[in-house]
Amino acid sequence: MVIYGVSFLGACYILGQLLGEFLAKWIGVKANVGGVGFAMLFLILAHDYFNKRNLFSAEAEKGILFWSQMYIPVIVAMSATQNVVVALDSGLLAIIAGIIPVFMCFACIPLLVKLTKSSLID
Amino acid sequence: MEIVFNFFEKNGLIVAFVAVGAISYLGFLISKHVLNNKIPGAAVSILLGLIVAYFSGLYTGGSKGIADISIFSGMSLLGGSMFRDFAIVSTAMGASFMLIRQTGLAGAISLVLGTTVSFVGGAIVAVFFGYDDAKSIATIGAGACTFIVGPVTGAALQASSEVIALSIATGVVKSIFVTISTPFIAPYIGLNNAHSAMIYGGMMSTTSGVSAGLAATDTKLVPYGALTATFATGMGCLLCPSVFYLILEKIL
Repeated sequence: MVIYGVSFLGACYILGQLLGEFLAKWIGVKANVGGVGFAMLFLILAHDYFNKRNLFSAEAEKGILFWSQMYIPVIVAMSATQNVVVALDSGLLAIIAGIIPVFMCFACIPLLVKLTKSSLID
Repeated sequence: MEIVFNFFEKNGLIVAFVAVGAISYLGFLISKHVLNNKIPGAAVSILLGLIVAYFSGLYTGGSKGIADISIFSGMSLLGGSMFRDFAIVSTAMGASFMLIRQTGLAGAISLVLGTTVSFVGGAIVAVFFGYDDAKSIATIGAGACTFIVGPVTGAALQASSEVIALSIATGVVKSIFVTISTPFIAPYIGLNNAHSAMIYGGMMSTTSGVSAGLAATDTKLVPYGALTATFATGMGCLLCPSVFYLILEKIL
């Protein structure tokens, strides 16, 4: 049943996000630390485990796939609810301080990719 | 008319499905017929979303884009962090654990480097604009990580509310700029595989910018980028008000 997939996804989400909340509390940070990342890892590992034992029906998988296809629409909705006016009107400082680091980070990516690629081989 | 308005408000989420469908349809139409598929439909739709948010903000004077227009209030639920994170997690279905494990270390390095580079970049701009106290510079530098790290750092260091507002705006500009620029810069930085996507996620830090930027570039890369980016806000909140602030204080 489709709901099994949605429920499975929901369980991974709750476990991961909770872990992120507790990890944040533990290291004394006022934000969720990696909750989504943990949830994704749970989903990948648990799905793999059940799939190998043929416990994951194609129907249940549809319940997860539906949401992964809803991802872009959700992002469109997110874009439409951003505070774009403040971003553009709060003066040059915010705009420059928001854009320059992005270029600096973009520039670092090929370098880091090269550096870490070589360690992949061994 | 009032019946319609009340009905729309009560059924906000469903109205949001219809509205997002309409924006996406328009986005894909523009992509295909006006831009000859040079810019992917998803990217155009996201950009349209931002434009809608801009004009809604001008019209209502609020901070939540189209969601401040009461009949579209459901957009803040569909576009809020719950649905966003839920949808991001679901994309992990297609991700390979092998690839993630292989890139794990590179992802971790990119997280530290991304936070450092963003902070330094933001701090330098703050100095250029005449700020000379460590608290304000650190808060604006933190804002250049993500729009959550900025106010968290500002509150921890007791920076002025004007500076905190500026740090939030900096983070929002960054998130929007990452969204818009990623599909254009991707070919030049080799952003076309899981390895570079994980590094990209860590370097860019902003989960919303990374997830939207990758969605506009190549949906297959979303889970890898999002996986590292989701640790970045925590990393920023950890480093900015502590280590980075102390170093900054020593320098000044």
